[in-house]
Amino acid sequence: MRLKRVYFEDIRLFKTTASLVWTLLFLLLLFLVPFIFKTYYLSVVNLMCLNVIVALGLNILVGNTGQISLGHAGFVAIGAYTAAILLQAGVPFVFTLIIAGLVSCLVGAFLGLPSLRLEGPYLAIVTLGFGLAVMVIIGRMEMFGGRMGLMIPRIDLNWSGLSYDRTLYYVFIIITILMTILAHNIIHSKIGRAFQAIRDSDIAASVTGINLVHYKTLSFAVSAFFAGIGGALWALYLQFVTPGTFSLMMSVLFLATVVLGGLGSVTGSVLGGIVMTLLNLQLEKVVTVPLFGDLIVFLSDTIMNPSGIANIRWVLTGLILILIILYEPHGLNGIWLRIKRYWNLWPF
Amino acid sequence: MEILVVENIVKGFGGVTAVQDLSFAVSKGEIYSIIGPNGAGKSTVFNCINGLYRPDSGTISFGGRDITGLNPDKIATAGISRTFQNLELFSRMTTLQNLLLGRHVSTTYSIWQMLTFNFRNSKAAKQEILQREKAEDVIEFLELEPYRDRPVFSLPYGVQKLVELGRALAMEPDILLLDEPAAGLNHEERQDMIFWIQDIRNELGITIVVIEHNMQLVKDISDRVLAINFGQKLVEGSVEDVLRDQSVIRAYLGEPAL
Ligand SMILES: Nc1ncnc2c1ncn2[C@@H]1O[C@H](COP(=O)(O)OP(=O)(O)OP(=O)(O)O)[C@@H](O)[C@H]1O
Ligand SMILES: [Mg+2]
Repeated sequence: MRLKRVYFEDIRLFKTTASLVWTLLFLLLLFLVPFIFKTYYLSVVNLMCLNVIVALGLNILVGNTGQISLGHAGFVAIGAYTAAILLQAGVPFVFTLIIAGLVSCLVGAFLGLPSLRLEGPYLAIVTLGFGLAVMVIIGRMEMFGGRMGLMIPRIDLNWSGLSYDRTLYYVFIIITILMTILAHNIIHSKIGRAFQAIRDSDIAASVTGINLVHYKTLSFAVSAFFAGIGGALWALYLQFVTPGTFSLMMSVLFLATVVLGGLGSVTGSVLGGIVMTLLNLQLEKVVTVPLFGDLIVFLSDTIMNPSGIANIRWVLTGLILILIILYEPHGLNGIWLRIKRYWNLWPF
Repeated sequence: MEILVVENIVKGFGGVTAVQDLSFAVSKGEIYSIIGPNGAGKSTVFNCINGLYRPDSGTISFGGRDITGLNPDKIATAGISRTFQNLELFSRMTTLQNLLLGRHVSTTYSIWQMLTFNFRNSKAAKQEILQREKAEDVIEFLELEPYRDRPVFSLPYGVQKLVELGRALAMEPDILLLDEPAAGLNHEERQDMIFWIQDIRNELGITIVVIEHNMQLVKDISDRVLAINFGQKLVEGSVEDVLRDQSVIRAYLGEPAL
């Protein structure tokens, strides 16, 4: 006998009252941040928002669909430069944002085409080449300001009656929340299921009626859309864009963010984006830690070149990734789930 | 009435001709078995029918429509579903998700409608709930309740076979192709599988084509049997006639046919 259940329970955004309450508390906290912290911290949160948005999209491609992209900085660049040009031309911010996302999305769909034939390392090379090409092409074109880049005018935020920084913060937060809900819906809908099906077995996916061409292209397009939105916000955040920002290193860091957060999970992308931003800002300070910092400086002076200490961020990021892959394959999301389980059982 | 007609199909791989000028027709509502020694070309026939391979020549028609050379997803949409000899599951997904993927084609909402997924009265939510009910029907039919929310890689082999069968059933096909449904099952699981297959035909009215090495299963379920060897037809007919046929016995020589 089947117990009649309300299946909507399983697809709603908040499955339990507790999760709704916690989310509301978290939103309240986000709302209060500008009243508690200095402006500097607002920009840290803004940076987190950017990384979260790009990670959400990349995770759909890598974690859910099982494809790879080593060129995601290319999509971010396309979003950022589209936004820069449109904002300079005086196009309102809302339209700029959407168009930046769509332009990147379109390019993503095109880049998705080779993914129909290529797998694993071959696809990695194609996307790698794409990322590098975008950087080079933008750097060569006068229209994009060449290597000097483009300035981005401040957008009009006077309507809010708050300071520019605070309003910008709220704008970033709201867009990030919307993008998070979008990613959640994609993953839990028929579209996300089709992505995951392709990841697990493309043969089985095609015999269950999933059009591989359609869905692989869609996955690239969706992922690029997120990166394009992230790029537009990036332009707004930095107030100027140069091709050098969107380097291979950026693409690699996005992949690292997704792996750190947890492949295929929205919570993972959010946690990964937040933690990776903090790591990037804080890891350089590791040289100021007593003893350990001295040891690193010493090692750097003896085995790396003297300027190698600047790269310590990358070295430590790499180390953290290796540890994650070895000991916590589900990333921060895995740790998060375990904490939740623990608290569910607490205090028994 | 003939629902699936295979005419003169040929399929080669480099030097090997896996299927050579093979023709047969399956009637609506029957259980049709294909037998033959290892490497006879049985699985290749299935792969041609459901579009994973494109036959070198010959035609395949389904419900009067030529489906030769269509992509697998088109053929699935047309009403042919299948299982695989070596399981092709969405192994990191749960039983329920695997069955919901069986409902993929029938789940009709667009990417735009997906945006309102969170609202109970949206088209997307209604569709999801409807398809969930269909998937639950299959779970109930195959008694998969204990495994509903477990990732399928963690399930015992016999259960994985059932999940794959369930996914094919969830597609509500007109015809079901089963490639060695009893392979790797113990005696009890095999008895259950025979029961499910008969149930699927008798209760759901789905036409079934089954490839099987286990002769007891073939005897128990088949209305008609086709024996092939080296990609060619040996004989076709009732179970008794085919299993008594000299050419079939010779093809299986060394393997106990009974
Ligand atoms: N993709 C392929 N590439 C090359 N050769 C293939 C391919 N698929 C099948 N073959 C060959 O075609 C022949 C028939 O294979 P098939 O899998 O159809 O046999 P079968 O009757 O299903 O055998 P079994 O009972 O062992 O499953 C074999 O010689 C096999 O090696
Ligand atoms: Mg076979």
